Amino acid sequence: MEAAVEPGNLAGVRHIILVLSGKGGVGKSTISTELALALRHAGKKVGILDVDLCGPSIPRMLRAQGRAVHQCDSGWVPVFVDQEQSISLMSVGFLLESPDEAVVWRGPKKNALIKQFVADVAWGQLDYLVVDTPPGTSDEHMAAVEALRPYSPLGALVVTTPQAVSVGDVRRELTFCRKTGLQVVGVVENMSGFVCPHCAECTNVFSRGGGEVLASLAGVPFLGSVPLDPELTRSLEEGQDFIRDFPKSPAFPALFSIAQKVMSEAPARLS
Amino acid sequence: MEEVPQGCPGTGSAQAGRGASCQGCPNQRLCASGAGAAPDPAIEEIKEKMKTVKHKILVLSGKGGVGKSTFSAHLAHGLAEDENTQVALLDIDICGPSIPKIMGLEGEQVHQSGSGWSPVFVEDNLGVMSVGFLLSSPDDAVIWRGPKKNGMIKQFLRDVDWGEVDYLIVDTPPGTSDEHLSAVQYLSAAHIDGAVIITTPQEVSLQDVRKEINFCHKVKLPIIGVVENMSVFICPKCKKETQIFPPTTGGAEVMCQDLKIPLLGKVPLDPHIGKSCDKGQSFLMDAPDSPATFAYRSIIQRIQEFCGHHPPKEEHFLSS
Repeated sequence: MEAAVEPGNLAGVRHIILVLSGKGGVGKSTISTELALALRHAGKKVGILDVDLCGPSIPRMLRAQGRAVHQCDSGWVPVFVDQEQSISLMSVGFLLESPDEAVVWRGPKKNALIKQFVADVAWGQLDYLVVDTPPGTSDEHMAAVEALRPYSPLGALVVTTPQAVSVGDVRRELTFCRKTGLQVVGVVENMSGFVCPHCAECTNVFSRGGGEVLASLAGVPFLGSVPLDPELTRSLEEGQDFIRDFPKSPAFPALFSIAQKVMSEAPARLS
Repeated sequence: MEEVPQGCPGTGSAQAGRGASCQGCPNQRLCASGAGAAPDPAIEEIKEKMKTVKHKILVLSGKGGVGKSTFSAHLAHGLAEDENTQVALLDIDICGPSIPKIMGLEGEQVHQSGSGWSPVFVEDNLGVMSVGFLLSSPDDAVIWRGPKKNGMIKQFLRDVDWGEVDYLIVDTPPGTSDEHLSAVQYLSAAHIDGAVIITTPQEVSLQDVRKEINFCHKVKLPIIGVVENMSVFICPKCKKETQIFPPTTGGAEVMCQDLKIPLLGKVPLDPHIGKSCDKGQSFLMDAPDSPATFAYRSIIQRIQEFCGHHPPKEEHFLSS
């Protein structure tokens, strides 16, 4: 019943990376945003597609709340978050009348909007499209994978925290990746320890070890651990460029290394 | 219920059974006849079932990873410390069922009896149900669309033999979608005491929590109050406090003042909480002197007071 897929709006996108986790609150949006910023600093053109319809976090993280979405001949124009127009963003956050408005939709309506986000946003030429997802393995994930599949290959970055409770959910996400034919670029362990600013003691606030366990269980690369850093958290809250502002932060080397690995391992489309 | 087609307009919609995407759907005739618009008989069945359940509490958050399951589990443990209080914990997070692990019940299976499904008991007075008990392997993924998830939630509410229960705690996934709508819809005739909403101090969390609060208002779900989790970190070595998740917009306190909703309490970040959850043990027992335990206990008491001051409507008792 579907019309033949035209390359259309994703024709100019070289790599598509989905950022997934079975678990909520592990830092998918944080990692998506920081990955985009790191790729931008490496000279790449990046788009971010935020398909978390109930909790769209990315506009605030890039100080783009309240921006309007315009139409062009090919569809919706994504919002550029910087003057150089090197990072563009589409999120349901831009379509809400007020930031407190709740999107209380059942599956079919969510699926329809995600399909539109994939097909009707005029991304133009991009080196990377980072797709941030909500937690789980349900409507949004199936809709995103099905809509993006014609533009394969896709890569997935899977995020966990060190706790076993998180690993317990995220291993189900890895099954989802296997079942849907998504190639896993690697596992990122976030919130990996906190260094007390007063006495420099490192505490494993959310337990330890989960990321490496997960990567080895699933036979996928472990891309690195990102420690807890209140500067990173604050920077995201205030829509600042953490990569530019905090090169001395303990989180910086980890984030930078993850971006490097994504650039070397993300499957590229043969054009 | 069979898988619905892409573009399904929804069984309650005016287009039900008549839209182009309805062609070929096994439910097309049913929808076109208008049967989909009639109230689900399960709602009455669930009302009957819930007559033996005195208080029902939903634990919600717009945001993921703020500690809903952690809180639900410890609310259950805390209430069940009184042997005379019967507690039930229902996990309706279908994709990411954390409760079995947190309650130390991984690998347990659900049994059927004449009166329905039996919950898995942690203690004599604390029973648990989760989709996690229906999965045979820890790697099994539940890749279901909304309608199938709704069907599972209906079964959990209708077919589990909870028995006489003082408190039913319902742990939910993050968001404002199928699971939340279904839980409220199926329990609509049975009177929910209210919702406890969990957040962390960050604006990125509060942003989603405000949406959840709007959801509660939309569906007329009373709000018992908000819990601010991961409030402050106390270094185990030097005992100094740091805010790992800075409240850049004033945290839950300011949000609750603005929205005139009670702040039930603030729980500090204690690394032992995560460890207890991973081991499947009650943190309240593992670390009775932790400031986090004091915070939990005070919040639990306030919830009990709320339920005591807002008893279920008379009609539920008159007919039993």
